[in-house]
Amino acid sequence: MDLSFTPEQSAFRDEVRAWIREAMPPRIREKAAVDGHFEHDEIMEWHRILHGKGWVAPHWPAEWGGAKLDVTRRFILTEELELAGAPALSPFGLMMVGPLILQFGSDAQRKRFLPKILAGEEVWCQGYSEPNAGSDLASLKLSAEPDGKGNYVLNGQKTWTTYAQYADWIFVLTRTDKTAKKQSGISFFLVDMKTPGVTARPTLTIAGTPAFCDTFFENVVVPAENLVGPLHGGWTLAKALLGHERTYIAAVGLSTRTLRRVKQIAAATKERGVPLIDVPAWRARIARMEIELWALKMANYRAIASAELGHAPGPESSILKIRGSEIMQQMYELAMDVMGHDALSWHNTPGTIPEAEASVPPQFNYARAASIYGGSNEIQKNVIAKAILGLPS
Amino acid sequence: MNFDLTPDQKLLESTMASFLKKESPVSRFRALREDPVGYSKSLWKTMAELGWIGLAFPESAGGLGGSFVDVAILLEQFGAGLVPEPFVASVLAAGTAILRAGSAEQHEAYLAPLIAGDTTLALAWAERGGRYDPTWVETTATKQGDAYVLQGEKIFVQNGHAADVLVVSARTAGTPGDTDGISLFVLPRETEGLRVTPVNTMDGQKAATITLAGVVVPAASRLGPEGAAAPVLDEIMDLGAAAACAEGLGVMRASLAMTVDYLKTREQFGVKIGTFQALQHRAVDMFIRTELAKSTSILASVKVSDPDPAERRFAVSAAKVELAICGRYVTQQAIQLHGGIGITDEHDIGLYFKRMHVLNALFGDEEHHLARFGAQPAF
Repeated sequence: MDLSFTPEQSAFRDEVRAWIREAMPPRIREKAAVDGHFEHDEIMEWHRILHGKGWVAPHWPAEWGGAKLDVTRRFILTEELELAGAPALSPFGLMMVGPLILQFGSDAQRKRFLPKILAGEEVWCQGYSEPNAGSDLASLKLSAEPDGKGNYVLNGQKTWTTYAQYADWIFVLTRTDKTAKKQSGISFFLVDMKTPGVTARPTLTIAGTPAFCDTFFENVVVPAENLVGPLHGGWTLAKALLGHERTYIAAVGLSTRTLRRVKQIAAATKERGVPLIDVPAWRARIARMEIELWALKMANYRAIASAELGHAPGPESSILKIRGSEIMQQMYELAMDVMGHDALSWHNTPGTIPEAEASVPPQFNYARAASIYGGSNEIQKNVIAKAILGLPS
Repeated sequence: MNFDLTPDQKLLESTMASFLKKESPVSRFRALREDPVGYSKSLWKTMAELGWIGLAFPESAGGLGGSFVDVAILLEQFGAGLVPEPFVASVLAAGTAILRAGSAEQHEAYLAPLIAGDTTLALAWAERGGRYDPTWVETTATKQGDAYVLQGEKIFVQNGHAADVLVVSARTAGTPGDTDGISLFVLPRETEGLRVTPVNTMDGQKAATITLAGVVVPAASRLGPEGAAAPVLDEIMDLGAAAACAEGLGVMRASLAMTVDYLKTREQFGVKIGTFQALQHRAVDMFIRTELAKSTSILASVKVSDPDPAERRFAVSAAKVELAICGRYVTQQAIQLHGGIGITDEHDIGLYFKRMHVLNALFGDEEHHLARFGAQPAF
């Protein structure tokens, strides 16, 4: 048993931390200091800075621009970026469609799409969910029919297409065979958002920011070369995504950062003249939350160490998504409770509540998404019940 | 980082598991609940011959020089099989007190027979007014020539009912709660004036109330320098808490396994109840809690030997809190998913529930360790 990072890994952590401090432009740094909301152009600016360093897609193979970092260093990089409050990059190209094109795409598709994802020249969004296909994703209806001229014509609607309003491309699961069993009639297409007939309509989230879109397809013509993987074989791609990069999903860096903010707010907030952090009941509640985060962190470390040794993902890795989202939500909830009346403030002019608190109410709201996206926690539990506990269906 | 057991540790684990499965099925513990000692002195001797007791002691004291991780492997098996032999009381509590504070002569006199499996020990530290604080010592040791006179009462002394030798904390100076002024004394069971009243504990095991009514002990029975025992007791609290985490993990694993088996066999409404999503998700929550407790138990097992006491306290208190949260959830839900049969004394699941509750209280409960965690510099 060895719970410590090697001197080389610790040196890498120092290197990452120092680089972030140097590389972060002043405007982004100011927002990061208060966990402010990053606009799309700021996120893409940070994307290009990370790309310049070669760290934008550390999990990609080196020949496609990956960073040649092992599992532990990738974790350290992710954790440090989260700890620094750096803008979270759009995951749709780097984490989702990129790895799928690598695994299932043709060489021509790899050459066409991967370099532009890497450089941040093309922004992607994800077209999976539909109004009537959420957790039951395989019942999706967006139809793709051949037009006899080497194209497919798409008709239907996708929903919760986060940041579609900024996207150049969308990857969609479509229905190509209406007669087959529902999982067997699905195909995976890449669609240029500028194609006539594609409309993205943003909707406000409960955080008060326009993250989601409804995306409509009306006679959208897509060349057959944009099909990834076999025709009617899209479900394999949809499932493959769930197995990617689970080791980094727990967001322990982000929750550690939020814990620091909780302590910062609790030290500055007084009740009858006493800082909350010194009130035993509050201190115990914060301690309990920190301990729960430690438990998650240790489970995450177990998963990383196991992957580093080349073992197949163990049972501990299956809990990271569920527990990571729960902890993230509870951490924001604790921050809200510590804030007292200040937690009631909603997008007011700066200075209405202390700067350190201003980002908490919207994040508390948006954090509810964490237990829904990427396969809701209930779906995750269905999977664990069958795959790990062997319970009957 | 590496969380894998070494090949030697894996061998140790499988040897321990198969030995205990054969020699200590839960039915053995069931029968021992009625026994005045509550465990088997001959099995204790066998455990010593297998080297399990020596594992926790350095070679310089006649042990095998194992790590706490080795000890945790053993204790997890104890938890899974409800093994009642007094390893924690004898070895980690009283044994560590003698090891840390005692002289070479005292090691020879008390640790050698322990490691050989010929004796068991107990550490009498808890007092009625002090809850889980080992510095709350009202028991006094008054110097009288070349002797001390001990006066006071110790409660819920683990293995106190059957130990051959007791280690007792008493105040040679200061007032309850002071770190300075606590001394340890080693007393053979037959010492005059030492009264041992056996006490049953909820989990079917036994402890004792120890009354010291003017017990005269020679100065040579003091362990280490006078008044300096607090750091040793603080370390023992952490060893005990880390041990509870390891044993509790075994309790949780067994409870989860029994519950999942039950869900796969029990039928209602014409189907296996394990097909019901409400119950599946509950079982998954039990699984998640078991994995989390395992993660912090590993943290405690490694950090309990850290030379920096602050690091040690921080990790062990975190693990003990997590044990309480997870252990409570897993064993309570284990009973719930068993339904009515889970409430009967006849079914084993209730024994695990009770053991878990006792482990949560021993060496500091959730509130105690929350406060301790929050008081560490790293917080």
